[in-house]
Amino acid sequence: MAITEVKFGDRLLTSKEFLAEGHNFCIGCGEPMAIRMVLKTLGENVIMAMATGCDEVTTTPLPYTSWRIPWMHTLFENTAAEISGVEAGLKILMKKGRIPERRITCIAMAGDGGTSDIGLQALSGALERGHDFVYICLDNEAYMNTGIQRSSSTPYGASTTTAPAGKMSMGQITRKKNIVAIAAAHGIPYVATASPSYHFDLMRKVRKAADTKGPAYVHILTPCPTGWRCGGDITVQIGQLAVQTGVFPLYEIEHGRYRLNADPPRLKPIEEYLKLQGRYRHLTDDHVARIQEMVNEDYAGLKEKAACFPVEAKE
Amino acid sequence: MSRRVALEASHAVAEATRMADVDVISAYPITPQTHIPERLAEMVAYGDLDAAYIPVESEHSAMSACLGAAAVGARTFTATAGQGLELMHEVVYVASAMRYPVIMAVANRALSAPLSVWGDHSDAMAVRDTGWIQVFCQNSQEAFDLTIWAFRVGEDPQVLLPVMVHLDGFTLSHVTEPVLLPEQSEVDRFLPRYHYRFALNPDQPMTHGAFGPPEIYAETKLAQAVVFDNCKKTILQGWQEFRDIFGRHYNPVEEYRTENAETLLLTIGSFTETAKIVVDARREKGEAVGLISLRLWRPFPFEEFRRAVRGAKTLIVFERAISFGLGGPVVAEVRSALYDEETRPKVASIIGGLGGRDMSEEDFEYVIDRGREVAEKGSDRVLETVGIRGESEALKR
Repeated sequence: MAITEVKFGDRLLTSKEFLAEGHNFCIGCGEPMAIRMVLKTLGENVIMAMATGCDEVTTTPLPYTSWRIPWMHTLFENTAAEISGVEAGLKILMKKGRIPERRITCIAMAGDGGTSDIGLQALSGALERGHDFVYICLDNEAYMNTGIQRSSSTPYGASTTTAPAGKMSMGQITRKKNIVAIAAAHGIPYVATASPSYHFDLMRKVRKAADTKGPAYVHILTPCPTGWRCGGDITVQIGQLAVQTGVFPLYEIEHGRYRLNADPPRLKPIEEYLKLQGRYRHLTDDHVARIQEMVNEDYAGLKEKAACFPVEAKE
Repeated sequence: MSRRVALEASHAVAEATRMADVDVISAYPITPQTHIPERLAEMVAYGDLDAAYIPVESEHSAMSACLGAAAVGARTFTATAGQGLELMHEVVYVASAMRYPVIMAVANRALSAPLSVWGDHSDAMAVRDTGWIQVFCQNSQEAFDLTIWAFRVGEDPQVLLPVMVHLDGFTLSHVTEPVLLPEQSEVDRFLPRYHYRFALNPDQPMTHGAFGPPEIYAETKLAQAVVFDNCKKTILQGWQEFRDIFGRHYNPVEEYRTENAETLLLTIGSFTETAKIVVDARREKGEAVGLISLRLWRPFPFEEFRRAVRGAKTLIVFERAISFGLGGPVVAEVRSALYDEETRPKVASIIGGLGGRDMSEEDFEYVIDRGREVAEKGSDRVLETVGIRGESEALKR
């Protein structure tokens, strides 16, 4: 079937939708936005393995499916292992001449729990073995599918149902696990963070990840109005603020070389990001100041790393 | 023309997998399974086998990678044992429910705690209900034959189910015996090239593994039960074809000197061969003792089993696992299989061979004698066991 391409600025993009309408995502969810961008970037020649989670249950209640691509799901923590089998299987079947030789991008997709917590071992194994695949983590910073329980990806200060704010607690007391650095520590060729609020950046990175030979890891922050306790109409805005305040910087790590993709001259104050979200409603000024400190520290650290690898001017 | 060679059972499994021209092997090493993946990795490294070997980081991932490979239509194999089978437990269920014909050899091993790398059937009993076709091997030849057969049956378009080939850890997995190896052409005739109709492929996008809300989950399980029931036909047909090509015939239930037997001993796996020696001795003494061995474990061979025990007065079930609070898992199934029979033997249960404890001929002599007593008079013990030390007072119920 011919793909009709539409012009968005100076980029060509298919008008075809690979995630069909009629899914059950919450209104304003950042995940289907990210998924659509990923699939529009990669087109039809993909196979996706997806972990149990929001994206899986909202798209495939038997006998329906929203996926117009070959797609599989089995369990929660094994997505990276599953895609290892897909990749190895395709490769050997092509080598033996059992299926036609062609370029198929193998995508593994999981949430932050399926990546940073329960799926970490399988992810580490697949990255270490060097399979040719793109791992995409859709990070909404808690177990949203089961009702907003904390994960190791939940940020400091956020209130969740298993680390709730109360008289004796400020909610999450641990720092968000840096899974991006963990992925990079495997020495894989390409690691990136992305946000659906910056769609061209996201799509460029997904393209790059797919073109990379070997494992690539893309970490996408997908705001969750339900769990973050914010309006479903400000998803894009919140995603932008996450970048503009430095909470979620956009960067790439190519063969260990860090590069910041957006480095605003001055970061916006963290309050602007926090105050829009009910999950931070309980925080005192002291807490907010502490979070600001943490963000500053992390951002400075990232800039230092990026400074080690000066980018030659392009374009 | 077959070649007669000395092969360790583990290597026989690997050789069968090579001759089956497997596409993907995904395995994690665990004693006593190690010789199987080691040999396969070696075959791939030496160019004797054109396959992908995925050295995964756990058994959970071993089976998960098998699912991925099976989903794109690859002929897929793994092997594990004991704790490894437990670690992959949830994935084992998924393989059958998604109808991926993964073939897995299990070098049966005891379960922790305490840690034991040695053999028994605790691991096999823990996966009884996973929806896999399961067979137990008695010797190296069977390990070879049943592995080849497993691919033929599991991949049959009417079946599409995973198959587990059990071989006792150490007492079989590490035993070297003469094995008849067939010609590659014979294997090719028996085992057609695998073509999976539902392979994930960008040309025909398909969703594998959608989730089942209450309105539909139950129907999927019923469908699975129907398929599992139907697979028996192909299992038997597979053994028929196997005989036609290779000349060796297998039955779901092996009967050994059962003609007019009053006492029947039931065994599973490699200890069957030791038990046969004792049965021979008893027959020589003029005792009407016979033996049956369950080769096919799932689907449970009700028909063949009932036929085999018909006419016997006593059935003594020897098994290598405990279901705490129930007794022997095998004997529980055997009793339930006999319940609707108009005439049925009295059943005795004796447990032994746990965690690598050996079973000698003398032990089987005891099993027969004590088994008859228990069948007749009943038992006052928590468990009837063989070869296990214990204070007799503490064992009283």
